[in-house]
Amino acid sequence: MDRLVFLLATGLARGLVVALFALSLVIVWRAARLVNFAQAAVATVAVFAAFAVTGATGSFWAGLAAALLTGAAVNAAVERGLVRRVPQGSPLPGMIVAIGLVMVLQSALGIAFGPRHRPMAAPFDERPFVVGGVPLLSPYDLFVLTVALALVGLLAWLFNGTTLGLQLRASAAAPEVSRLLGVRVPRMVTLGWALSGAVAALAALLLVPTELGLNAHSADLLFVHAFTVAVLGGLDSPTGALIGGVLVGVLVSLVTGYLGAGVAPLAVLALLTLVLLVRPAGIFAAAQVRAA
Amino acid sequence: MTATRPAETEEIAVRDARCSDPRPARRLTPTQRILLRAVVLTLLAVAATFLLDPYRNYQLAVVAATFCATAGLTLLVGLTGQLSLGHAVLMAAGGYGYALAVNAASSAGLDGGGAAGAARVVLGLVGALVASGALGGLLGLAGARLRGPYLAGLTLAMVVALPALTTQVPALGGDQGLAVPFEGVPEVLSLLIVVEQWHAWVAIVVAALAVTPLAVLRSGRAGLRMRAVHGDETAARLSGVSPARVKVGAFVASSLAAGLGGAVLCLVTQSVGPGRYDLAFSLLLVVAAVVGGLGSLGGAAAGAALVVLLPWLVDTVTGAVGVPADLEQRLSGNLAVLVFGALLIVVTLAWPGGLARAAARRRHRPHRPRGRTDAPAAPPPPPASQPLER
Amino acid sequence: MSAALAVEGLTVGYAGAPVLDGLALAVAPGEVVALLGANGAGKTTLLRALSGLTAPRAGRVLLDGADLSDLSVEDRARRGLAQVPEGRSVVTELTVDENLHLGALWCHPGRAARRVAVARTYDLFEPLARRRSSLGHQLSGGERQMLALGRALLARPRVLLLDEPSLGLAPRVVSQLMGVLRATARETGLTVLLAEQNVTSALSIADRGVVLSLGAVVVDAPAAELADDPALRHAYLGF
Repeated sequence: MDRLVFLLATGLARGLVVALFALSLVIVWRAARLVNFAQAAVATVAVFAAFAVTGATGSFWAGLAAALLTGAAVNAAVERGLVRRVPQGSPLPGMIVAIGLVMVLQSALGIAFGPRHRPMAAPFDERPFVVGGVPLLSPYDLFVLTVALALVGLLAWLFNGTTLGLQLRASAAAPEVSRLLGVRVPRMVTLGWALSGAVAALAALLLVPTELGLNAHSADLLFVHAFTVAVLGGLDSPTGALIGGVLVGVLVSLVTGYLGAGVAPLAVLALLTLVLLVRPAGIFAAAQVRAA
Repeated sequence: MTATRPAETEEIAVRDARCSDPRPARRLTPTQRILLRAVVLTLLAVAATFLLDPYRNYQLAVVAATFCATAGLTLLVGLTGQLSLGHAVLMAAGGYGYALAVNAASSAGLDGGGAAGAARVVLGLVGALVASGALGGLLGLAGARLRGPYLAGLTLAMVVALPALTTQVPALGGDQGLAVPFEGVPEVLSLLIVVEQWHAWVAIVVAALAVTPLAVLRSGRAGLRMRAVHGDETAARLSGVSPARVKVGAFVASSLAAGLGGAVLCLVTQSVGPGRYDLAFSLLLVVAAVVGGLGSLGGAAAGAALVVLLPWLVDTVTGAVGVPADLEQRLSGNLAVLVFGALLIVVTLAWPGGLARAAARRRHRPHRPRGRTDAPAAPPPPPASQPLER
Repeated sequence: MSAALAVEGLTVGYAGAPVLDGLALAVAPGEVVALLGANGAGKTTLLRALSGLTAPRAGRVLLDGADLSDLSVEDRARRGLAQVPEGRSVVTELTVDENLHLGALWCHPGRAARRVAVARTYDLFEPLARRRSSLGHQLSGGERQMLALGRALLARPRVLLLDEPSLGLAPRVVSQLMGVLRATARETGLTVLLAEQNVTSALSIADRGVVLSLGAVVVDAPAAELADDPALRHAYLGF
């Protein structure tokens, strides 16, 4: 019972990180109708930037800012430099270019920094609080929870409560009509990519201290989990990404805790297969209605 | 409008067959011509093994095995538009199927060389076909219901889960994988060739057996159906083609070829394990298919050679130039991947059609690309995605 | 007095088969012009070229005498050239209210001003007021067209381009829409270019009718004259 509570609590913290990353995939999907397979690689580049800045300044917060900026900048550059030139009409070229980008970024990181895992210290204690004899969340877990929830709230406000969010949503849903209404759609798409890069960078930065350490492939598994989440919730649905993220986080935590870490990828694959076969468009996906 | 489609389709089949070989053939049917070409190419490849030293022959065998998988992948992606990031796992399925069947045959008394050895290898290949076909069928069923990114994501998750699967299922031998018996040179040939050359022969023959059916499939009605489904599923359905059946069929055909490739690789390296079939290798297969030119079997062969030989070439060069040991270690593997990633991007953005298209352009005067442009079932093609057909 | 909208030598399409062939047209400020012609005459292409969605091979478009050639679609919209494209031009994933706010974004700075402007639109199109929090795809065809028109008017355009607003709508809804359009044009001096298949209702509110055929203007006459001339109607409009 104690163990269950502990696993649920850590699963929640981890799940919110996965949800954040999935949200970043949803943002790109809504802006460009593209699953950005390179998102993990971009996020890893951003975490390396954070690592360097934290190493130089000694401040975790400076590193955090660097990660956000780098994630946004790299993704904006990717959109302007590559995605905009991808032929439209079929999803295939976009996916292939993204995969090429993964290979370029990860191998470049590998050449620059080597295969070694670099330990990254968490800014808070990672030992869990013990409440009534039951180990619960660590201060770092609480920090992750707070940051993730705050960011989700911020994104919800940005998209639903501001005129910028209104323009972002309109450009994603109906680019041509939006342009006719004076919305600078190309700029909005770039902005969507940048926003998504920053969110993905933050998710990876929150994750790495709890893992082995930092190397070129640190965020790969995060991407697989987040993709599962995005599919689970439907690539169009931010709410779905949130709920799915927590679900996958808890599942991974429970499976790892009770059956061993080796079984977790199989559990995720099984879940993904099941959802794809039962609800190919995702559990929370709205009916497919699109403006012409 | 629907009524006219079969006739138009027929006409394309004729034109298609004519275009695939510039020389007019009078009496041979397209299938016979493909078989003839396969025999000639196989004999040429076997003859070429006499020009190569043992290590080159080993590399040739690996290229032939990889070619099986890239040919399957290029057919799948180029003709039906389904992107699989998991063809490495299908190769692995073939490898494991081969190893399990061969080992079972060995313990059942089929050990030693000669006829027993040959029977064992054939049983192993059957095992590979069963394993990869079953997995491919399951994936095809999923793929028939899923669109672009979802199928890619599912196959990606599959690659990532492979090591976990091999660790969890005891029969698959964990991280180490499975070992298979060494297949030596048959006695009649033992004076003539060494084992590497013999393995290259086996690999070439199996590759021919794996790829020729794909070529036949592509040039026939099945190929047309695949293009029709890729072009416009609704229109294909209206002209009597079942998209689901076509997609599953394409996936199974593609998987069987990949499985044979995995079996060959297992035979040549005497083992199969999860380490070889990781995400990086799976992505290399995609690189080979794209850079060679999606849908082109010749391109798939060139792509397979590229992804096998370039990493080795890079290692050789960095070794010869004498870079510091630390840097050499970092460059090893990574530099080739960097080049491949860049190639993938450049080919997709600037040079769609890949090597196959470039070669065709040199051979013929420029002509309108075939495929979706002509497919009656298809809507007017978005200009840049249509070169993916060939 | 210079035209609110002027088109000079506009050519769109391939060299051998132009969709618009050196088209010239001028619309005076406050004028309502009906753009008529058979399917494929080039009406939609003309409107798309005016708003910048289709790039012309030659010619230019002037808004109040200023050349728009180098301006993007967005900038033309912000300069006061509004277009209601044919069919479902509502952003179906946004609510009615959000659609209207989107239209009000540029010329009603400030949240409060936008709210007032949107409220006035609800007065103009009462059925929309009841559906303000419905998503676009939940609306009927008539409601969508009202929303598209209301949204375009919220931008206080100098020139309004309408593409087949009556398509697929019930006659009662059409006359309601045309009524609002005529009233708005009279009150605000809005210049309107109205592409229509529905010749009768278009001519009923227009000052002038322009008939396109094969990408060029073949008839340019006062609306009343066009409506009363059976020979002209028969030759170019098929009834």
